[in-house]
Amino acid sequence: MAEQVKTFRREDEGEPIDSLDRYLEGTQAATVEPLSFGTIALRRLLRDRLTIIALGVIGLLVVVSVLANVISQEFLGVDPNSTDLQITFQPPSKEHLLGTDQLGRDQLSRLLVGGRTSLAIGFFGAIIALTVGVSVGLLAGFFGGRVDDLVMWFINTLQSIPQIFLLLIIFALFAPTPTWLVIILGFLGWVGTTRLVRGEVFSVRERDYVTASRALGASRATLMGRHILPNVLPIVIVVTAIDIGTLILIESALSFIGLGVQPPTATWGNMLAKAQQYFHLGPHLIIFPGLLITITVLCLFIIGDGLRDALDPRLK
Amino acid sequence: MVGGVLPPTETSNPTWTVEFADVRTYVARRLLQAIPTLLGVTIFSFALTRLAPGDPVQLMTFDPKMTVKSREILRHQLCLDRTTVEQYFIWLLGSQECNTRGLIRGDFGDSLYDKRPALDMILERVPATLELTGTALLIGILIGLGIGIYSAAKHGTLFDSLSRIFAVIGQAIPTFWLGLIMILVFAVILRWLPVGGRYTLSIEGTKNFFDHLKHLMMPAFVLALFWIAILSRYMRTEMLEVIRQDYMRAARAKGVPKRKVYFRHGARNALIPFITILGPAIAGLLSGAVIVERIFSWPGMGRLAIDAVFQRDFPLVMATVMIGAVLVIGGNLLSDILYGAVDPRIRLN
Repeated sequence: MAEQVKTFRREDEGEPIDSLDRYLEGTQAATVEPLSFGTIALRRLLRDRLTIIALGVIGLLVVVSVLANVISQEFLGVDPNSTDLQITFQPPSKEHLLGTDQLGRDQLSRLLVGGRTSLAIGFFGAIIALTVGVSVGLLAGFFGGRVDDLVMWFINTLQSIPQIFLLLIIFALFAPTPTWLVIILGFLGWVGTTRLVRGEVFSVRERDYVTASRALGASRATLMGRHILPNVLPIVIVVTAIDIGTLILIESALSFIGLGVQPPTATWGNMLAKAQQYFHLGPHLIIFPGLLITITVLCLFIIGDGLRDALDPRLK
Repeated sequence: MVGGVLPPTETSNPTWTVEFADVRTYVARRLLQAIPTLLGVTIFSFALTRLAPGDPVQLMTFDPKMTVKSREILRHQLCLDRTTVEQYFIWLLGSQECNTRGLIRGDFGDSLYDKRPALDMILERVPATLELTGTALLIGILIGLGIGIYSAAKHGTLFDSLSRIFAVIGQAIPTFWLGLIMILVFAVILRWLPVGGRYTLSIEGTKNFFDHLKHLMMPAFVLALFWIAILSRYMRTEMLEVIRQDYMRAARAKGVPKRKVYFRHGARNALIPFITILGPAIAGLLSGAVIVERIFSWPGMGRLAIDAVFQRDFPLVMATVMIGAVLVIGGNLLSDILYGAVDPRIRLN
């Protein structure tokens, strides 16, 4: 993968070369250290301040939601599930930094716990979508013909149904558990990735180096895994970052209709869905979960954009 | 429409005739290609509703006095005692015994609850949904393209940066959260706009245009925000691409005022790829409408779909999916044809 960019430069341009040895001496001294694709991408990424901030925010959110229970007990001194009907719908205060909900639970600690589920749904769903999408796209693009026709028929059909109708039917009729919810969302999300990968594979597999490798007797697995897949990966990484955000949005929309993860398991989506009933009593219950969803998705989209700029060597 | 497309002197202009024939074969081929996709949709929606747990006959007849025997009779009348494959073909092709003319003759079956043709129930809701999505798309296009063109023209300025930030935020905000916040601000706190519905109900049953507009404003804007964001971003990228072209510089050098160059020469060319977004936008708008109709109690197709799914009204669910798919496929086809028609450099194949 290492793309060697060597620039030969001689220190004494004007002087005529009298021997090959001397010439080589001069060039070796000035050889620029070859940079791998990964290093170039990383350097570009580190220069992009907005993406770094977004990565930081997402990292922080992941850490605090993974440590949700510890943080609630040690730092906030509250239990996310303890109810107290005497302090319902309290606006943000010193004891409860983001106020309390309809059962008197501390909203901040609930948000932390809920974040764990919401983020997990996004990440794992995107991983499933990525795995299925890349494999199917690779196979369809590589083999073409009948396989490709079948895959494309499936994708076209799936994409012709407005997504929410499909989600409505599956979730209302089958009432899945959170684990199944992730699996289903993942399996519905692969379509876009497949389309993208398939297109890339089509253009890459005709390149000369792939033909050369084939002429040398490389197996299909080697061709796909070593020569085609690495070319497709950068764009897939970008799509995955955006997919995580989209899945979090979809989960919250499903929760709003009443089809997402069911209480008592908290997610940002179902907290928001519950809060709409108590609209006038506690506006803070609406504002904060929504704000967290927006910030998370926003950061993921920014990261996606930043990665696109960093990973695509053809840009600029 | 055919008359409008054909130039008056068809024979004297051979290139036109050729192109027109091209378009015709292209449309015909695309329509043929849509058939397997539509068949796929019928298989999908049928399989999903049949695989679902829950027996529609049980659900239809909550009446405890009903005997097992009469349930069986009902099941037979509805042809639900056949095999799944048989049921699929009955639903698709129709059958005299089962009292259905089949999907291919436009019979989507009757709603299990309302005992009315599912198609009629959907068609009743279509105007409301079209009104909402159409307005939202119009707002999205006008504001989105406007912002896109302006920020490309002012490339690198504060406005440009703000519009780019806005474009990402607009895509990241959950639709229903935005809806709730807007209801909170404009309906609950400020009391400027109604909370939901399509009209204010009155005893006389009169409809007031301004009242209607007030009801439409919030839902349409909430649905439009995502499209404003997408379109402004898209238009900005396209415009920046076009601005670099030589003909733009040539026009400026000729002394054409800046604004005119941007709109006449720039925006017009930047708009061409934008047509391809319009097809997929229909699917997106229909999906968005389901959520928005639910927040604002807008009596459209989306709310009908949600109710149908929760009631397990299978014929109605399948009909909604089919109509949705037809709209999406039609939209994609239309945008592809327009794409070729607007830009002669693009060859349809």
